[in-house]
Amino acid sequence: MSFLPTSPEDLKDLLSVIGIEDVEQLFSAIPKEARHKGPLKVEGPLDELTLRRRFQVIPLRVVFLGGGVYHHFIPAVVDSTASRQEFLTAYTPYQPEISQGTLQAMFEFQSMMAALTGMDASNASMYDGATALAEAAIMATRIKDIKRIVISRSTNPVYRFVLKTYFRNNHEVELVEVPFDPTTGKVNAGALEKLVDGSVAFFLQQPNYFGVIEDMGRVSRIAAKAGFWGVVVGEAASLGLLQPPGSFGCDVVVGEAQSFGNPANAGGPLLGFFCTKKEHIRRIPGRIVGLTRDSAGNRAFCLTLSTREQHIRREKATSNICTNEGLCALRATIYLSALGPRGLRDVAVQCAAGTRTLMSALEKKGIKPVFTGEVFNEFVIPMDTDTLKNLQGSGIACGIPIGPNYPEMKDAVLLTMTEMNTNEDIRCLTELL
Amino acid sequence: MSDGTAVRSFPVIIEPLLAELSGEGKNGIAVPSPFDAALCNGISAHTRMPELPELSEVETVRHFTRLSRLNFGIETGMYPLGSCTMKYNPKVSEEIARTIAAVHPGDETGRASVLEWLVSLKGILEEICGMDECCLWPAAGAHGELTGMLVIKQAIMKKKERRTKVLIPDTAHGTNPASCSIAGFVTVNIPSGPDGFLRAADLKDHLDKDVAALMITNPNTLGIFEQEILEIARVLHENGSYLYMDGANLNAVMGIVRPGDIGVDCMHINLHKTFGSPHGGGGPGSGPVLVKKDLAPFLPVPRIERNGSGHLVLQDDFPDSIGMIHSTYGNVAVLLKAYVFCLSLGPQGLKEASIRACLNANYLKSRLSTLFDLPYTTPTMHEFVLSDKKQKSSGVTTIDMAKALMEYGFHPPTVYFPLVVQGSIMIEPTESEPMSELKRFVGAMEDIAKKAAAAPDDLRTSPRGMPVKRVDEVWAARNLILTWKDLNPSE
Repeated sequence: MSFLPTSPEDLKDLLSVIGIEDVEQLFSAIPKEARHKGPLKVEGPLDELTLRRRFQVIPLRVVFLGGGVYHHFIPAVVDSTASRQEFLTAYTPYQPEISQGTLQAMFEFQSMMAALTGMDASNASMYDGATALAEAAIMATRIKDIKRIVISRSTNPVYRFVLKTYFRNNHEVELVEVPFDPTTGKVNAGALEKLVDGSVAFFLQQPNYFGVIEDMGRVSRIAAKAGFWGVVVGEAASLGLLQPPGSFGCDVVVGEAQSFGNPANAGGPLLGFFCTKKEHIRRIPGRIVGLTRDSAGNRAFCLTLSTREQHIRREKATSNICTNEGLCALRATIYLSALGPRGLRDVAVQCAAGTRTLMSALEKKGIKPVFTGEVFNEFVIPMDTDTLKNLQGSGIACGIPIGPNYPEMKDAVLLTMTEMNTNEDIRCLTELL
Repeated sequence: MSDGTAVRSFPVIIEPLLAELSGEGKNGIAVPSPFDAALCNGISAHTRMPELPELSEVETVRHFTRLSRLNFGIETGMYPLGSCTMKYNPKVSEEIARTIAAVHPGDETGRASVLEWLVSLKGILEEICGMDECCLWPAAGAHGELTGMLVIKQAIMKKKERRTKVLIPDTAHGTNPASCSIAGFVTVNIPSGPDGFLRAADLKDHLDKDVAALMITNPNTLGIFEQEILEIARVLHENGSYLYMDGANLNAVMGIVRPGDIGVDCMHINLHKTFGSPHGGGGPGSGPVLVKKDLAPFLPVPRIERNGSGHLVLQDDFPDSIGMIHSTYGNVAVLLKAYVFCLSLGPQGLKEASIRACLNANYLKSRLSTLFDLPYTTPTMHEFVLSDKKQKSSGVTTIDMAKALMEYGFHPPTVYFPLVVQGSIMIEPTESEPMSELKRFVGAMEDIAKKAAAAPDDLRTSPRGMPVKRVDEVWAARNLILTWKDLNPSE
């Protein structure tokens, strides 16, 4: 299948209008030595049915996996409305008169994300949670004279790795990690206190990578001494239950909102978000939609503050991001509209309540969580690789091994519960332990 | 209006905001509650419910359906945005991408077949580009640029060199300088030659031991193939510098020129352009990076490797790597769509796609260059640039003509870019356009050219038949209303 619409007759017309006899003449400006000779070694062409038969996946039956990507219930309205071609196949809304649908939906996304995080403003999305964090750190260094980026070691390891990549050629800023309390799993407040001062940008994940809910009141009193501080949200469903991070006075709330209406998709696309205080709005990366009016005075929307962006500010831009995760943001907007406040609260409550149900079931089998801190929907338990592999053989993904990134917890896994997990899942797992 | 008959497909809808449709107690969607909510009592939960609007399901569906009708998509009509390659997005790709929706990246069983597909895709992209290695993880073109430039930086440091400059021709893509800055380079803008392509002799003037790379878009944003590319590569390599190619315009050259064969060391491509995955109103995209052997050790982790028992696994122990650049391993669903696209077309189909893209563009150029100024007469490939020079005397500018096109049922072309042309109008029809649509576009442009001479005021106030009239972008930037709360600060 080539999806080409031109008939042989049309081809002749095209050539004659152009004034050439052979398509080869289209490429006459290319030096001969530069031309590719012979066919490309690529499989195909394949027809639709053959293709559809080829692509089959069988995921594991019972899954307790999270760690940054989550299985949540996605109402049917999300797929049915987000897959409308007017949303799906449109470009970035540079021309507002012909893109009001995307623009208004983005404005609503910004409004809901700002409200849920307790911040003043939001951009129209980032690639994922990790790059949202990295860009927040870059922004901090541009707003203040930042010498060190301090980050809690209980922030998702891959987020910290990506942060490191983004800063690898910035030799003026040092990356420092704050340890966590080995008993509670919360950030070590004493260590944090010693590290934080005006030349520091501090970031902390809430709930942290171990699922543990940080004591934000205490953390924020210390973090207030930092030149800049931000909260990283790895599991957006937590925003349905916990106090908005913005209410603790941070400069930014960034993170991952894949949980809002976007499937796991074997890892992507994800949905990074970036929320900020209004005072930083001119420094944030990415697209922002603003409300405005048209020449008749009616309400309209358009991209705004584009003077921050790469196509105008070139090398002095706040970021290089342009294409973001627009459709994923649209899906989140539809999801939040469909669920409403009570739906989102119910999702969060079921995540947390299910987690506690799973915890007690495991405790009956003698398996206690590694940390004592209160958790949201994830927790760490001791488990060796063999047990994990055996469970996998029985169709159960019992969590993500965290040993590779936390050598002090060699045999430990991170388990996740969401509203997609059932009592039956818990029974399947505990029966095999 | 002969061929350019207006398609009045836009309804007049002023759709309220979700917040304005909200009413307390309306039914949202119910979530099953098998677990006892009282178990959460230990959590210091927020006392207030999340601040979200309350709508019934039918209102949610209607709201977003109505919003969708205010948008223009590739299935609505031709979308000739230059350098954006707005081609048809095959339905089969969408359908197949859905098969991985329920696979968690940590599910090693489920992802096994996904990794097999990704390895095959990698092989196809390496073949099309003539490059040795590929990293699929960058989530968009600009992310790919950044990754590629970090790779080059790493290679330079490994050689214990101190090269800080990246040269960027004025016909390159707009994101290039910002990507270089984040990667730790200083950029130098260099002018292209009088014929719209870079002369190797001119490039030499800018070369010294501080030049890390040249970042070139080929074909460039004028649609012109960089004719001296072989010599450019030679002088760069002689100077110890790398040739980076922005592959956003790869749609012009599939099966015709392989960047790796013409001396490119590192490049990125945009799967949401050349490989037919939808742009989604601003993403998700995907911007794989391809390199020659000597740069391969520096590519991001994880890497897909085959272990002793023949299974594909993700490995991250590569000390020379720049590290991770994404939370997981890229926009997998987008990668899968691109893979399906390649398999659908096959080797001949891929080449044919590029040929037809060039044919369509050259047809439009031939038809339109009599009515509009064509600043460069150098042969062009899949896109070309006009300007408003001929219309300006009657007070009609590029933006007026772009807005007017909307009323004929077309998305406007890319305007005011590239910056080397004043009032540029950059047109890229892609291979997806049938003859009838090309003719209709020509008809619309002819009509606009006529109006520019006869009734310029009509154009200056266009569009009038769209859901909104001309939008005041300055007002938006002055007033900064970015959320519902900004609109009603008292609430």
